[in-house]
Amino acid sequence: MTDINQLENLVTQVRRDILRQVHKVNSGHPGGSLGCAEFFVALYNVLMEHDTNFNMDGKNEDLFFLSNGHISPVFYSVLARSGYFPVEELNTFRLLNSRLQGHPTTHEGLPGIRVASGSLGQGISVAIGAALAKKLNNDNKIVYTLCGDGELQEGQNWEAIMYAAGNKVDNLIVTIDYNGQQIDGATDTVLPLGNLTAKFESFGWEVLTIKEGNNLEAIIKYNERSQIKNRKRKTHLCVTPHCDGQWR
Amino acid sequence: MKKFTNTGNKDTRSGFGAGMTQLGKTNPNVVALCADLTGSLKMDEFQANHPERFFQIGIAEANMMGIAAGLTIGGKIPFTGTFANFSTGRVYDQIRQSIAYSGKNVKICASHAGVTLGEDGATHQILEDIGLMKMLPGMTVINTCDYNQTKAATLAIAEHKGPVYLRFGRPSVANFTPEDQTFDIGKAVHLIEGTDVTIVATGHLVWEAILAAETLDKQGISAEVINIHTIKPLDNEAILNSVKKPAALLLLKNTTI
Ligand SMILES: Cc1ncc(C[n+]2csc(CCOP(=O)(O)OP(=O)(O)O)c2C)c(N)n1
Repeated sequence: MTDINQLENLVTQVRRDILRQVHKVNSGHPGGSLGCAEFFVALYNVLMEHDTNFNMDGKNEDLFFLSNGHISPVFYSVLARSGYFPVEELNTFRLLNSRLQGHPTTHEGLPGIRVASGSLGQGISVAIGAALAKKLNNDNKIVYTLCGDGELQEGQNWEAIMYAAGNKVDNLIVTIDYNGQQIDGATDTVLPLGNLTAKFESFGWEVLTIKEGNNLEAIIKYNERSQIKNRKRKTHLCVTPHCDGQWR
Repeated sequence: MKKFTNTGNKDTRSGFGAGMTQLGKTNPNVVALCADLTGSLKMDEFQANHPERFFQIGIAEANMMGIAAGLTIGGKIPFTGTFANFSTGRVYDQIRQSIAYSGKNVKICASHAGVTLGEDGATHQILEDIGLMKMLPGMTVINTCDYNQTKAATLAIAEHKGPVYLRFGRPSVANFTPEDQTFDIGKAVHLIEGTDVTIVATGHLVWEAILAAETLDKQGISAEVINIHTIKPLDNEAILNSVKKPAALLLLKNTTI
């Protein structure tokens, strides 16, 4: 699916799904979810080479890991709309015995989920592991992961960022949902991240800033495979507005 | 009373290292990760033989657990190596979420556990590790008694699908179990039959239990000794059958459970 109007319609549908899921159970994180709708639609419909016939090992396909597991509503919506599981299942979000737990888990067997997330700060490490396995398997597909900006306050991220640079893990793209907000307020007041571009660059990463993080075409352009040609570790600071309505 | 021979003191961590060396040759999916303690964990031979399958993570244990979880996606069997306190308490949340709840086939291999560690002192002598690990869903917990058994367990856990915590240590202790044993996960080993008291021992204290049984025997007390190398799943049957006899029960362990 590459027709941009069709994709825009899908983004609108995904936003509806997010609101319906969160509203139904009066809990969940709509803010980050709504802000990342275009990113997910672009990822799953244009950028990633993936198989909706889910296989945990994901050999010879691109993989995605959601580090900021709290934005599960957007992840679930896009997985369902891509054909990983029935769209009706979105109605079970956050309910007892549902496969769509508040934060993604694997033991419920939800297709498309490869690792549990929710406790922040762990996704880049897992993505690095999957990227290393791809190298060992001579599999030249790419591993994507998404992190929150507040999430970068967790130290483990920086262990992972250091590792990837030191060990030339170049089949990995990390995107930061750079919305400037977290639970207790603006990231700048809770714990300022400083100059993120400079931080990543000093760790040996190449940084691309997508100023219009809600512009599908910009997201697609910056993530195209040709961008990855020089095989450098990349991070994308995807600037998205954080829509209010946090779960507190 | 059955007699056991110490074929010479050896450290259990070297049993792990020997197991890793063998796995390196026999199982191409086995990969190893270490957090700046390769020599202490006796993983250096694996590293030298298979540099492409060895990942030096640096002093970043949280990252190590996450990378290990990711490596399983694509069919690798990661063995992580560091001291027991950095293998468990330091990274509990990472193990809980990325490995245990995610059902990942990671083998968490830990040396320098318990009071038997000795010289490094209390900060390193973790006693809580087994208790912490056994509470996690799907986690198998193994605590081996000597060099030979540790080597056998290292080989066995590579064949077992699911997360495992394998605990061993630094001091040289008696090596008395058979060299070419098969290691049955979850199956206690009845070392000595007895009727008056049952000693259930694990890890480095199994040899001490044998010595105690010999001493008791001289005093006319018949002690049964069970090597409970797997703490989870626990071989309840072996323990319950033993204490059905008019026996007192004594637990010998180097951990709080
Ligand atoms: C380790 C950990 N600490 C705290 C939380 C609670 N928590 C959930 S979302 C969140 C804020 C995350 O901020 P950010 O990464 O900027 O995401 P956004 O709010 O923009 O979606 C916090 C603190 C958590 N899930 N994990």
